[in-house]
Amino acid sequence: MKSVRIIPCLDVDAGRVKKGVRFVDLVDEGDPIELSLRYDAEGADELVFLDITASSDRRATMVDVVARAADQLFIPLTVGGGVRTLDDAKALLRAGADKVAVNTAAIARPQLISEIADQLGSQCVVVAVDAKRQGSVNSQDGGWEVYTHGGRTATGIDVLQWVDRVVQLGAGELLVTSMDRDGTKDGFDLELIGEITSRVPVPVIASGGVGTLEHFAEGALKGGADGLLAASVFHRRELSIESVKEYLSSRGINVRPVG
Amino acid sequence: MIAVVDYGIGNLRSAEKALIKVGGDARLVTDPGEIEIADGVVLPGVGAFGGCARALRDSGMEGAVRSAIDAGVPFFGICVGFQLLYEGSDEDDNINGLGLLSGRVAKLDESMKLPQMQWNELMAVSGRNSEMLDLQSGSDRKGMWAYFVHSYAPVPVPYLDNVVATCDYGGMVVAAVERDNIWATQFHPEKSGAFGLTVLSRFVKKCHRIGGR
Repeated sequence: MKSVRIIPCLDVDAGRVKKGVRFVDLVDEGDPIELSLRYDAEGADELVFLDITASSDRRATMVDVVARAADQLFIPLTVGGGVRTLDDAKALLRAGADKVAVNTAAIARPQLISEIADQLGSQCVVVAVDAKRQGSVNSQDGGWEVYTHGGRTATGIDVLQWVDRVVQLGAGELLVTSMDRDGTKDGFDLELIGEITSRVPVPVIASGGVGTLEHFAEGALKGGADGLLAASVFHRRELSIESVKEYLSSRGINVRPVG
Repeated sequence: MIAVVDYGIGNLRSAEKALIKVGGDARLVTDPGEIEIADGVVLPGVGAFGGCARALRDSGMEGAVRSAIDAGVPFFGICVGFQLLYEGSDEDDNINGLGLLSGRVAKLDESMKLPQMQWNELMAVSGRNSEMLDLQSGSDRKGMWAYFVHSYAPVPVPYLDNVVATCDYGGMVVAAVERDNIWATQFHPEKSGAFGLTVLSRFVKKCHRIGGR
């Protein structure tokens, strides 16, 4: 039966884990290798590393971080941020990533998705979608718009049309982040997640805004998400992975138990 | 030495690293001669059945893998490396598998999200012993969770032949088989955390105990 994955996300900036609110005001949260091993030991089902480094030497640093983490991690690892070419994807997989997440480069050149899927398999292509509500923040009327470049650039592309397209191109999974909720602890954007999970045949990871145990449960029960991603609440030990899984289990959601 | 067969189908380092982590002298090998001297053979596989079957054939290592299995050398097939043991796959009708186990590989229930890309709990097949899973006949151990990434799975003939564990994904799915020196899993032990490492450590011990030819 379906089980829901709990996925800590590490935003990595120049080799350190950082976390902000709505993609800005970054705070240092520690060493990516140490945090990864802690989350593995605490029962994480999978990890996501997103490279948010702005500098030009980013690729070498990130590949090194991935290689060092993968040497000691025996759970699935997805790596994204700055993946622009098939060769970038190959380098990350060679370093030990199981999946690569593409975002900005796929907007500029959607064929990148099919190139990676054809060469390396759909199962390793995650398309990350940064979505921002249009019109009033609390109204669904305007839909959602895709943003790129770590949330700095509006694309004019409708999120729901984009997810349909990327699945056709071979995306094996979607990582959907609500920019309105990211880092706010106001809960997932459940309308956004629900709209997407009900229309695509591939797994969907919900991201952005989780702050309480109930938010996790809502993501699975109301959003229908296959994976629930969180950063701040785990980095700052506000919630443990074990407590999240126990709570989800008590709500009838199937999860891999800790230990 | 445990040979992890590297036949050009992507990243196999994680299988190698996991075996080393549990004390195995594992090495990626691209030369059939290295398979001949190995104390154990691991056949990973990612992506499509047809691509893997052709790559194994073209690499010139299919014969060496087959003769190692025939000679009783401990063998472990992972994911598509498990599926390759069967006669063929509905994913690609134009190429045969190794045919060491009877049955074919078929698509999972299409009402489910495919691929199954998640952790799932293994269910022991009642009445079977398993060295790989440390199950005695009649035992019904809970808590064996493993990580799967696949859209197809073997359908043995007769049904459940050699199967020691299944999982539920839109119906019963074959998760692990064991027959003499052949161990094979649809799940990825190298990505299944502590449980997966335990499975691999049993394989490493078996390789040390039995060894090669």
